Amino acid sequence: MDLNFTAEENAFREEVRAFVRAKLPEGIRQKVMSSQHLSKDEHVLWQRTLHEKGWGGVGWPKEFGGPGWTPSQLYIFEEECAAWGAPRLISFGLKMIAPVLMAFGSPAQQQRYLPRIMAAEEWWCQGYSEPGSGSDLASLKTRAVRDGSHYIVNGQKTWNTLGQYADWIFCLVRTDPEAKPQRGISFLLIDMKTPGITVRPIITLDGAHEVNEIWFEDVKVPVENLVGEENKGWTYAKFLLGHERTNIAGIGIAKREMTRLKRVAGAAGKLDDPLFAARVAQVEIDLMALEITNLRVLSAEGSKKGPGPEASILKIKGTEIQQSIAELLMQASGMASFQIADTANRLGANYCNQRKLSIFGGSNEIQKNIIAQMILGL
Amino acid sequence: MDFDFNEEQRALEDTVRRFVAKDYGFDTRNAIRATPAGWSRNVWSALADLGVLALNIDEEHGGLGYGPQETGLVMNAFGAGLLVEPYLSGAVIAPALIRRAASADFQAEWLPKIAAGDAIVISLDGKRLTLTNGKLSGTLRAVPHGAAADLWLVAKDDALYSATPQFNDYPLLDGQHAADLVFDNTPAKKVGAGETATAFDIAHGIGLAALCAEAVGIMDATVAATTEYLKTRQQFGQPIGRFQALQHRMADMLLHLEQARSMSWLAAMRCTDTNVAERQRVLSAAKVVIGNACRFIAQNAVQLHGGMGMTDELIVSHWFKRLTAIEMSFGDTDSHLQRFAKLSRAA
Ligand SMILES: Cc1cc2nc3c(=O)[nH]c(=O)nc-3n(C[C@H](O)[C@H](O)[C@H](O)COP(=O)(O)OP(=O)(O)OC[C@H]3O[C@@H](n4cnc5c(N)ncnc54)[C@H](O)[C@@H]3O)c2cc1C
Repeated sequence: MDLNFTAEENAFREEVRAFVRAKLPEGIRQKVMSSQHLSKDEHVLWQRTLHEKGWGGVGWPKEFGGPGWTPSQLYIFEEECAAWGAPRLISFGLKMIAPVLMAFGSPAQQQRYLPRIMAAEEWWCQGYSEPGSGSDLASLKTRAVRDGSHYIVNGQKTWNTLGQYADWIFCLVRTDPEAKPQRGISFLLIDMKTPGITVRPIITLDGAHEVNEIWFEDVKVPVENLVGEENKGWTYAKFLLGHERTNIAGIGIAKREMTRLKRVAGAAGKLDDPLFAARVAQVEIDLMALEITNLRVLSAEGSKKGPGPEASILKIKGTEIQQSIAELLMQASGMASFQIADTANRLGANYCNQRKLSIFGGSNEIQKNIIAQMILGL
Repeated sequence: MDFDFNEEQRALEDTVRRFVAKDYGFDTRNAIRATPAGWSRNVWSALADLGVLALNIDEEHGGLGYGPQETGLVMNAFGAGLLVEPYLSGAVIAPALIRRAASADFQAEWLPKIAAGDAIVISLDGKRLTLTNGKLSGTLRAVPHGAAADLWLVAKDDALYSATPQFNDYPLLDGQHAADLVFDNTPAKKVGAGETATAFDIAHGIGLAALCAEAVGIMDATVAATTEYLKTRQQFGQPIGRFQALQHRMADMLLHLEQARSMSWLAAMRCTDTNVAERQRVLSAAKVVIGNACRFIAQNAVQLHGGMGMTDELIVSHWFKRLTAIEMSFGDTDSHLQRFAKLSRAA
């Protein structure tokens, strides 16, 4: 057992740190450090900055233009970026659809889409959930009917994160309503400019416009936008969910927010209150344990494609810790954090917003079902 | 021992509940919230007509002479409806303070106006202000409904003063308004003297008990709405309420709610106790139980609603925010836990 990073890994950490500190614009950093929402341009700018350095394809193998990092390098990269306040990478293109296309897409699809994801020329959003299909995703109803060289898509998706910026959406659609639910689903790439698509904002409890509803009314999608085989979409979707769970623990972000918590609470004199100080310490200790658990999962993962059911452990603990930190940050500044106009800190709004962490990406209840069934065999 | 409310109390509760159901729906409330002041004078008049502004004022001054228990019933209903008017500050705490700390003349002038809805008085703790040569200085931050007043009262050095601060009013995430009040050599007029600190502590305690009742009203509504959601929302071919994990979570929410209700009643019965230590001990205990319940019920109500719980459109997220704010108001859970520990050790 050796908990230390290798000399090469430490050198890599130095390189990433120097790069992020030199290249991340201060205005963006300040926004991230105070939980403010970033504009599309700000996200795009950061992705392009990484791309210029040759790091646009974070997590991608070399053959598709990625830097070909090991899981440890990827972890170091995410940690250093988060610590300095770099924007969270927009995962829908980079970490969701890209790996699916690499594994199951045609060469033509790979060439068409991957370079534009890396260069932030096209923004993707995820079209899985529907009003009637959240945890029970396989019950989805959005229908795609083959008509010559096109599919005609009708239905509704919802909770589409940052869909208001999207050029493309990857969708799970039902192509065979007769088959068992999981067997009749296909995976389609849809241009958001296609006639028949309507996007409507959903305002969340913190007043933000982060998610949307998307309607499809006789939307014509060329058959070459089908990924892999018809009716095999569920397999690809599950593969994607595995990828969504890498870095799901959010250790880097949690560490940054823990530092912020100690700063905010210290300035407010709250760390002199033994009860509050103990609660902060408890979360810091939980985070320490999770960091090691995360590294254990990473190293066991080795050459495998993605973590297995252990990812559920990381998801539950990681989101609980992030939510606890957000709560302590709010409590450290008390009712002052509830001022709507306090855009410089957003501690109350941030606490509200972070409740989403235990709901999306497979709710924490669903993760516990996975642990019970897949790990414990209950 | 008797935990039942009498007929008169039931009638009062009914009246207020009907008002909320009929005239203070979620949409109406949101429209009021969207106005610059964030609360409605019309609603205030309606509350005067209902008689609830006269609740905490004695009959001699045009009031109904009720107390914390009746106030609790009203606050239950206002909690569920997420009332944004300054009821707690203006119709519960201020009259309680005036009755105990203001001169007879001041009472005769102002209490009837408050009962009739013609004046809103906000009372302030002057501990953080300085008083020199009859002038107040200093800033009080995030005073609930601090700008809604026609008259401000400051309890300072065992006397009661009226003074008019400058203010900066702003909306909060829970739909309420607060203001920073600035006193800058502001002339202060003495309107009462003697035992003011005790009177202020009791009035504040009466307010805390009312706040606890507001929380219970919200939690009652939240638990009911979440239970209903679990019965209707279908996933995996069945109502999600069939999943035992969620049944147990709902059961835990109910445990929190009932413990909170018990402590809310206890707080209402003891908040005017003349034994200071006993009064404060019970109030702190109530705030701890209710604070923990607020947190557990608010978080899990959102969680069990899934994505829907995160939306501004559903009232559940608004209950969530108000419960979160209540936990941090009138001293948060940590501070009351520590006060309780100290008082209990001495007891
Ligand atoms: C902010 C936000 C962003 C999102 N972004 C996207 C996006 O970009 N693209 C996308 O496709 N989706 C997105 N989602 C949707 C997200 O994946 C769903 O909200 C999630 O899958 C839960 O589904 P639901 O909201 O329908 O809740 P439901 O599935 O109705 O669940 C309600 C409650 O029941 C519980 N539950 C359900 N089934 C079980 C069970 N078998 N056992 C125990 N408990 C159970 C859940 O845990 C939850 O507490 C987003 C959601 C949010 C809140």
